[in-house]
Amino acid sequence: MSEESTTQFSKYSAKVAKSRATSEPTWIRWTLITTALLFLSLFLFMPLAAVFTEALRKGFDTYISALADADALSAMKLTFIAALIAVPLNLVFGVAAAWAIAKFEFRGKSILITLIDLPFAVSPVIAGLIYVLIFGLQGWFGGWLSDHDFKVIFAIPGIVLATIFVTFPFVARELIPLMQAQGKDEEEAALVLGASGWQILWRVTLPNIKWGLLYGVILTNARAMGEFGAVSVVSGHIRGMTNTMPLHVEILYNEYNYAAAFAVASVLALLALVTLVLKSIVEWHAARSARAIEQN
Amino acid sequence: MAKKHNNVLPGFNLSLGFTIFYLSLIVLIPLSAAFIKTSTLSLHEFWVAVASPRVVASYKLTFGASLIGASINAIFGLLTAWVLTRYTFTGKRIIDALVDLPFALPTAVAGIALTAIYAPNGWIGSLLAPHGIKVAFTPIGVVIALTFIGLPFVVRTVQPILEDLEAETEEAAASLGANRWQTFTKIIFPAIAPALLTGFSLAFARAIGEYGSVIFIAGNMPMVSEITPLIIITKLEQYDYAGATAVAVVMLLISFVLLLAINGLQWWNSSRNTRAI
Repeated sequence: MSEESTTQFSKYSAKVAKSRATSEPTWIRWTLITTALLFLSLFLFMPLAAVFTEALRKGFDTYISALADADALSAMKLTFIAALIAVPLNLVFGVAAAWAIAKFEFRGKSILITLIDLPFAVSPVIAGLIYVLIFGLQGWFGGWLSDHDFKVIFAIPGIVLATIFVTFPFVARELIPLMQAQGKDEEEAALVLGASGWQILWRVTLPNIKWGLLYGVILTNARAMGEFGAVSVVSGHIRGMTNTMPLHVEILYNEYNYAAAFAVASVLALLALVTLVLKSIVEWHAARSARAIEQN
Repeated sequence: MAKKHNNVLPGFNLSLGFTIFYLSLIVLIPLSAAFIKTSTLSLHEFWVAVASPRVVASYKLTFGASLIGASINAIFGLLTAWVLTRYTFTGKRIIDALVDLPFALPTAVAGIALTAIYAPNGWIGSLLAPHGIKVAFTPIGVVIALTFIGLPFVVRTVQPILEDLEAETEEAAASLGANRWQTFTKIIFPAIAPALLTGFSLAFARAIGEYGSVIFIAGNMPMVSEITPLIIITKLEQYDYAGATAVAVVMLLISFVLLLAINGLQWWNSSRNTRAI
């Protein structure tokens, strides 16, 4: 965001900072900066540092053996599988929803947008619970499923479903405002030139929204890999079978195996840091392409 | 529901059809299961499930701690947004990117990390313990966890508004004899207040449903430090599905009201901004 018209803005803010009439005395400035940094240290930097310190407390060998443990590896595998299914599905949904909402006018649009946001307002625990009510043994399809020897709850399908639910709005939320801002002139031009619907999507719309799309995918993926509450309800915590990485962290922690718990947690923390780096890069590109459009 | 207005672009029926199908399958039908399950309870059973002393104590903790956490975030989030947009200092860009850490870090990881810091033998806990202050395994721990997970909301809603404020308005205020504090309270604060309120409500709504980061640091003592989402889990583990669902429905209704309020706020916010420009 701050990159938009960088040169002008930095000149401007430099001027603002120097002008005594519209800035604060130096001592106030430094008091505010110090207070903010103290707050952030207490709540952001320290927890992050604690993860890595605790993970390496018993030495590097313990760290490696905790990660190479068979249960840890199977938890990593399951986490990746869940993300690998949830992310593409929500990606397709996000594009479809944004296409309908941004390019067309219809009644009930604002209700639809609110309904898409709904999973953000629902506690993760409740997200897990509703699937138990439907697919659990006592649930709507529980009897039918057990007759056909197919498990959803306490099995991988339930974990995937819960993951899809909690990451449901991310891509759509990124794309809807972006595509609304871009309008539909370019798509209409392509149509006039004889492009089919799919050609328009692949050659006009997707290239235009690629950074927003990527941003949504990054957020979806981070949440999918890190989800705990929803997955915890439907997983059943079967070691080596239905344990995702965050659940494995919990099991190890509750067994007082702190070094191993923090070792697995440190992998998730690294993933989070990678997510933040990718996010910054995408934001930078998105701001640059927005500037390029403005200049044309 | 669908009505086209002389639009030539293709794919409306397909995209809207798929959107509604997927939304129903993943979100609407499963959520309705909670309400249908609850309707099998008699009014008395429902009341016993959602209003027993232990459950009521959990509402008080969940809402109280969420309110305190969101308030802390409103104050320090505004300060952080201000410092990040107005001042220059080394490492600012990295700190700016790290503000989103609570969105990216899995809640379970945040939970055990905060517990490690605030436990009586942790970095901060060991400083507080000699003074008789316990943070981990008390309601204060719950507040700490809920502050952590709500941290980015206020910063990220207020920051863009602060960036877009025009310096001319502040210069005009100064030239008319206002001091800095007057300019802030009378010019800047009214402009960012709706965004601040939106960020506060987003942090509050998120905190109410939070589970992963809280259960490690809370200690989970019934009547003292047990949050409502944990009550749902406990009831589920005792195979009290109807009871768990009844409590879930209460939480869902509160969340829906909050969601509507937040959407209303954002709509008010954006219509106010467009009018100003």
